[in-house]
Amino acid sequence: MGARHIELGLSNEQVVEMYRIMYLARKVDERQWLLNRAGKLPFVISCQGQEAAQVGAAFALVKGKDYLCPYYRDAGVVLAMGMTARDQMLAAFAKAEDPNSGGRQMPGHFGSRKHNIMTQSSPTGTQIPHAVGFALAAKIEKKDFVSFVTLGEGTSNQGDFHEGLNFAGVHKLPVICMVENNKYAISVPLKKQLACESVADRAAAYGIPGITVDGNDPLEVYRVVKEARVRAITGHGPTLIEAVTYRLVPHSSDDDDRTYRSREEVETAKQKDPITLFRKYLLENGAINEEELTAIEERVIAEVDEATEYAERAPYPDPESTLKHVYA
Amino acid sequence: MATKILMPQLGESVTEGTITKWLVKVGDKVKKYDPICEVITDKVNAEVPSSVSGTVTEIIAQEDETVPVGGPICYIEEEGSEASAPAKELAETSLNPVSAAPSTHTNQRYSPAVLKLANEHQIDLSQITGTGLGGRVTRKDILAFIEKGGTGATATEPSIQREAVQPVQPEQVQPTVSPTRSVPAPAPSISSSMPGDIEIPVTPIRKAIANRMLTSKHEAPHAWTMIEVDVTGLVQYRNQIKDDFKKKEGVNLTFLPFFIKAVVDAIKEYPILNSQWAGDRIIQKKEINISIAVATDEALFVPVIKNADEKNILGLARAIDDLARRTREGKLTQEDITGGTFTVNNTGSFGSVLSMPIINYPQAAILSIEAIVKRPVIYNNMIAIRDMVNLCLSLDHRILDGLVCGRFLQSIKEKIESIGPDTKLI
Amino acid sequence: MAVISYIDAVTLAIREEMERDPRVFVVGEDVGVRGGVFRATNGLIEKFGEERVIDAPLAESAIVGVSIGAAAYGLRPIAEIQFADFIMPAVNQIVSEAAKIRYRSNNDWHCPLVIRAPYGGGVHGALYHSQSVEKMFAGTPGLKIVAPSTPYDVKGLLTAAIRDEDPVLFFEHKRLYRLIKGEVPETDYTIPIGKAEVKREGTDITVISYGLTLHFALQAAEALAEEGISAHILDLRTLYPLDKEAIIEAAVKTGKVLIIHEDNKEGGIGAEVSAIIAENCLFDLDAPIKRLCGPDVPAMPYSPPLEKFFMLNPEKVTNAMRELALF
Repeated sequence: MGARHIELGLSNEQVVEMYRIMYLARKVDERQWLLNRAGKLPFVISCQGQEAAQVGAAFALVKGKDYLCPYYRDAGVVLAMGMTARDQMLAAFAKAEDPNSGGRQMPGHFGSRKHNIMTQSSPTGTQIPHAVGFALAAKIEKKDFVSFVTLGEGTSNQGDFHEGLNFAGVHKLPVICMVENNKYAISVPLKKQLACESVADRAAAYGIPGITVDGNDPLEVYRVVKEARVRAITGHGPTLIEAVTYRLVPHSSDDDDRTYRSREEVETAKQKDPITLFRKYLLENGAINEEELTAIEERVIAEVDEATEYAERAPYPDPESTLKHVYA
Repeated sequence: MATKILMPQLGESVTEGTITKWLVKVGDKVKKYDPICEVITDKVNAEVPSSVSGTVTEIIAQEDETVPVGGPICYIEEEGSEASAPAKELAETSLNPVSAAPSTHTNQRYSPAVLKLANEHQIDLSQITGTGLGGRVTRKDILAFIEKGGTGATATEPSIQREAVQPVQPEQVQPTVSPTRSVPAPAPSISSSMPGDIEIPVTPIRKAIANRMLTSKHEAPHAWTMIEVDVTGLVQYRNQIKDDFKKKEGVNLTFLPFFIKAVVDAIKEYPILNSQWAGDRIIQKKEINISIAVATDEALFVPVIKNADEKNILGLARAIDDLARRTREGKLTQEDITGGTFTVNNTGSFGSVLSMPIINYPQAAILSIEAIVKRPVIYNNMIAIRDMVNLCLSLDHRILDGLVCGRFLQSIKEKIESIGPDTKLI
Repeated sequence: MAVISYIDAVTLAIREEMERDPRVFVVGEDVGVRGGVFRATNGLIEKFGEERVIDAPLAESAIVGVSIGAAAYGLRPIAEIQFADFIMPAVNQIVSEAAKIRYRSNNDWHCPLVIRAPYGGGVHGALYHSQSVEKMFAGTPGLKIVAPSTPYDVKGLLTAAIRDEDPVLFFEHKRLYRLIKGEVPETDYTIPIGKAEVKREGTDITVISYGLTLHFALQAAEALAEEGISAHILDLRTLYPLDKEAIIEAAVKTGKVLIIHEDNKEGGIGAEVSAIIAENCLFDLDAPIKRLCGPDVPAMPYSPPLEKFFMLNPEKVTNAMRELALF
């Protein structure tokens, strides 16, 4: 019996690369928390626990062709689509060289024309109609790219979620909407967010498929996103995917999650840390051996060290640049 | 119905009085003009007369209490006849003795645009009739006025009907002896020119001089006195030494340094001549900075010899020469024209024998030195031809009076008359 | 030169741009088959097909949000909001997103989007079909707001807006749609966004306005000329960013300024124009700056006498102009 990834058409190298990116996302994140607690970074917003869903999904898209509207937790997605650890750290330190916004936005507000990542804002959900707009462009220009938008389950309650998906459903637009259901919208648990059982239930309202998937399994997420992409480019319209995961850390460095959930719950979730699980998968399925894997991990740490140093030394934007780029 | 008796104005600049003694008490009957209390002010001690006949009903101001002019001091119940409230008399010193049409001055609110244009073109806004709401002078009005060359009252389009505004009758201007110091007419009148008249625009300098003259005359009550001085000795002395002086020092030796020296020395004896009125006090200036009048073709300038008391005749001659030269060259600085404490005006250089100069506000007095003329006078009980000069002093009667000025002039006279071959220049 | 109506100038501009540039498309409620409830997009779906003239679901936030995505991609959407009163659900997309895309991405992304909406009253539209909404967006850097008053300006400015690289709110006064006709050249022309225009030269008072009230001012000026009053009239055309230079020049010309708009007074466009004049023209003012505006009530009512009370008209405008001239 072939390993699951082989059956999905992924090579060993590809899944190892998947892992590397997941691991990179995690390590960058951990480093940022450290710097925050050390008083060097004012704000951190995390992806820990959701890397599998993000990287798995990203691998199903076509780099440089598909358009992305990620949300603030999607470090895994953007790293998979070509952004680097250095980019992340430059954004964290808000330096001039930050490719997302030149230090103008808080970290997590991804954007890079080069990588087809649409610039993001803070009001949640506004990116969904944007993604639909990109999909509309694909239809108008008769091109075979898709747009991929992610959000949290809390945001799936925003009007723009409904309006965007409805528009896309009516016009059969090639958009893939993935909700990363990590069970909490800051402190508000799922039970207080959704009147229905799962986010995927809502798909029916838009005449589109709604699929719930184990967000901790990158291969599963890869599978469903891949299928959604095929549907999209063959004119079958949008898909709503609900990747069920868990947020292992507080919402952001300004949040204290001890006020709304127990340590036991978090510990239990850590047992299912997707990185640990996937590491195990790789070794068990002979995709790589321990020595090589450790070496990769060490290189990742070195990359994070280099990125941190670089970003710390990089210059801030010129204060007067505040006035630029209001209009063309 | 009791009449309020008010603290009267017991002197020109008095603002308050202190009751030293009540001469009546509650219940006393008084006849009009009976004294009711004794009051002390900073100028005068006086008794306040009752302005009505009646019975004293209430004493408001107590002994030793200071009451401002116009403030109530007591109540007197008048007998029978209607009371005419002795309202505080504030003389309506109108600058405009001829009743002016009210709309010329009713709306004195000038918009920023109008003020700016008035400033730029040196226009007296009271000369313009306004056609705006309530007689307001509008931007259109002043623009039309400018276009017409700055004369005439109205400048509106015929189609807009406005109430006709009567301009004030032009006043006759009374000139005095000194041609450079014509006293301006008390009313700001609107004169209109006739064909053949030449219209001279008012320059900023002329305007500034006009304002200063007006302020001085308005603020300081001018009094005047003069003295004759026998300068035969001075004339002889000067004639003797002037050529050598010119050769040696390079400057002309006129009479002026001698007079200024005498003035400065006299000021040292009577420092009150070197002071300024400051409302509630008189400031006697320490520095003696003599303003001297220097005439040019356009205007009269008044540069200042700073610390004139530290200079001898030579120093004064130099200072005068320097200031006169720089005045003619237009090189006077702000320093040069400020800080004067007493003014000496050489009116004699125009041939004047008598003048009534206007005080150089805010100084206390100004001395004019008239022309030196040969006159027959009684000298040693015989008629002799002597060189005589009149010194005329205008003084601020708030600060100075005849006695001290008389003595001041006498002192100058003695100093000048003692100039002779032994006088030292340095 | 053709004489066409204000609304025909709208249709003409859109049609010509769609012909010229395949990236231009129209999206909104009823814009396709119906040709727009005011017929502003009449004939377009027949010519360009339903892919470029899209009947959107009833969802303003989506209409604008989807257009933003398409514009960011590189297309040139013209989104229609059926009545300006209904723009509110889209405010988040307009203000949080469209206005800030260039700035927040440090010039990496931009949003060449046009949002058209009919505004204004006098059509028995009552509270929710007559509003002026321009002041909600004025002062939002990153946005441009245009409100033309003549067919010539409509064509030139709408063309400019479609070609503009930044988001433009294009407000059309619905009362003017069929009321005003004017000459519109057949040639391709644009009018620069951000430039006001003197519509009438004068020397006694300056009137600054836009939209329907601009026409009232022009009418009033004709009448007042007979009374010997010469009015200088400036059409703002662009409400944000304001043409500061033109405003100052017009104010200084006469020193008396009357700002007129149908929108209620408080916080309106007139307030910003007043501030510009106060900051720059103090020493040229011959009268306090006046504003003639709608009353400060939530919106204009339906009943005819109430609507009439709210709306400005040539008589109200003439009186205000005359009063200022006589000050």
